[in-house]
Amino acid sequence: MTGPKTGIHRETRMTRFLTTTALALSMMGTAAMAEPVKVGMITTLSGGGASLGIDTRDGFMLAVEEAGNPELEVVIEDDQRKPEVAVQLSDELIQSEEVDILTGIVWSNLAMAVVPGAVRQGKFYLSTNAAPSQLAGKGCHENYFSVSYQNDNLHEAAGQYATDEGYGSMFIMAPNYPAGQDSLSGFKRFYEGEVASEVYTQLGQTDYAAEIAQIRDSDADALFFFLPGGMGISFMKQWAEAGIDMPVVGPAFSFSQDILPAIGEAAVGVKNTAQWSKDIDNEANAAFVAAFEEKYDRLPSLYAAQGYDTARLILSAMEKAEVSDADAFREAIRAAEFDSLRGKFSFGPNQHPVQDIYVREVISEDGTLTNKIAATAMTDRGDAYAEECKM
Amino acid sequence: MSMILLIEQLLNGLQSGLMLFLMAAGLTLVFGVMGLINLAHGSLYMVGAFACAGVAAATGSFWLGLAASIAAAAAAGAIVEVAVIRRLYRRDHLDQVLATFALILIFSEGTRWLYGSFPLYLNVPEALSGSVTLPGGIRYSLFRLAIIGAGLAVAVGLFLLIGKTRIGVQVRAGEADREMIAALGVDIRRLYTLVFALGAALAGMAGALVGTIQSVQVGMGEPVLILAFVVIVIGGIGSIKGALIGALLVGLTDTMGRVLLPSVFELFMETSAATSVGAALASMAIYILMALVLIVKPGGLFGARA
Repeated sequence: MTGPKTGIHRETRMTRFLTTTALALSMMGTAAMAEPVKVGMITTLSGGGASLGIDTRDGFMLAVEEAGNPELEVVIEDDQRKPEVAVQLSDELIQSEEVDILTGIVWSNLAMAVVPGAVRQGKFYLSTNAAPSQLAGKGCHENYFSVSYQNDNLHEAAGQYATDEGYGSMFIMAPNYPAGQDSLSGFKRFYEGEVASEVYTQLGQTDYAAEIAQIRDSDADALFFFLPGGMGISFMKQWAEAGIDMPVVGPAFSFSQDILPAIGEAAVGVKNTAQWSKDIDNEANAAFVAAFEEKYDRLPSLYAAQGYDTARLILSAMEKAEVSDADAFREAIRAAEFDSLRGKFSFGPNQHPVQDIYVREVISEDGTLTNKIAATAMTDRGDAYAEECKM
Repeated sequence: MSMILLIEQLLNGLQSGLMLFLMAAGLTLVFGVMGLINLAHGSLYMVGAFACAGVAAATGSFWLGLAASIAAAAAAGAIVEVAVIRRLYRRDHLDQVLATFALILIFSEGTRWLYGSFPLYLNVPEALSGSVTLPGGIRYSLFRLAIIGAGLAVAVGLFLLIGKTRIGVQVRAGEADREMIAALGVDIRRLYTLVFALGAALAGMAGALVGTIQSVQVGMGEPVLILAFVVIVIGGIGSIKGALIGALLVGLTDTMGRVLLPSVFELFMETSAATSVGAALASMAIYILMALVLIVKPGGLFGARA
């Protein structure tokens, strides 16, 4: 048995030697070219919430393919929405794959488990979605950028919109977990009317009959709710059955393109806040929406747009600096010189976006549910935590 | 809180209680008659929901879907009983828990393989969509009202079946003394398969009805299974009456707890903190209820073997 085994061994060693030599030779030839950048994407591709990760990935990869830059390599992994899996994947990507940049995490609890460790090891982390307050304030880091928003932003914009609309009293509701509590405090930060009632639901709750009865009884002018994922779908379907005539305002998560078909007609007319919409009028956005629809045969969601912008930001930095020169590369990202789908885009002092946040309305367009911009809730909004960030 | 709101919340509690009863009835029968702990009962609930979603999507008819859910869950129950469960009656509870836990995994992965990981959504049938105004000016969802009606009808039917029919006599006899009824010439194997399929059909029906107002997804059965166990522990294992009373108690406690506890805390706390603490305590309310019942009556309210 030993004979053939050593044989194979020797063969692999030979191959490895030859490959190394070949690689070394090829590197000599290309020394003048830019060195490759390796991106590790950790996102949710299976289980509940997979649609968010799939859109993030598809948006990101669309930009990568359009650029056709052979120096950019992407490794994609599925975190199954589990923090422990995400941590394991990030270790693997950093140690075995030796990636330069990590990105892609959808959920804040997973981001909190991965980001601090990754940036401490000198890797860049560019967030395509999750941006918890801890990482925007005291826990900010020079290698951490949020390309999407700061978590509170969309809730703040909803509060501002409720104020602008002159809603005198609001019924506000969110699940009882950190992001839910942040949501309601974000809303209240910019809402000047009276909070008629504040209700916390259970995380993962599927039946909202009791809450809907309370809303009906409350005499509030409008309803604000934050129920991400399947919770929002269940709620909206039951809300439609209840037949309550009350305006609904919420962050974009429950009315994103990936979720709208499941809610159905019940969503029409709902106002939701987002920093992106498919009808933002600029060339890059129009091209992106067309290309995405062409390639994947569906409309892009907020997450797809965020993935796309993140990839374009990385590509723009690669034009200007080598990733091995961390300081130069960081400066190149911070400059954010790319054609964002949002039209204008820049980073604030804590490396979170300063951007406009819109109010979108759900409409039925040739039988397809989608969003269109109804108003601008906030202009050049940074976030509430930037001052706490000492970088 | 207004009277109208209170009555509406009582209806909500009744509705969720009756759906729990459909789940718990099968669980308690199987445990009472066969002495089997069936963790896979939640999977049958999921099978019913998926069958309804699949058939409703293919045919466009919710009613065909509902019929399919009952048939599919009963068939799945009968197959599982013959293929797996039958071998477990003489084994101890740990073996049963292990084997039926394996069934959960098989059902979940099998469903994921067939339908994918994305939740499916059923639409309420046209005839039952929207809401109606009840006497006293209470607006209530027509479909939820129909669920209450269906739940009550099944409860009455089940009591008649167990109390008045020959099969019911055999089931009760099987509960009291398994060896004796077999000695009397009753085909105990057939009876077991029948009881198991009946319990599965009820779970499947609950899955389809609840799936219609919520969502249909892999793993939807397990949270309900936990509640159903709480119900049969409160009601007393093996008792249909106990399952009904237990289910209504759990449904009402859960709903009223969610509504009332935050306002109770608001009397002596700041609003934000009160809603947060109240909501947290409300999620524990049914377990506190279970503990209290067990302190007073260790065998459950109507426990046959107390």
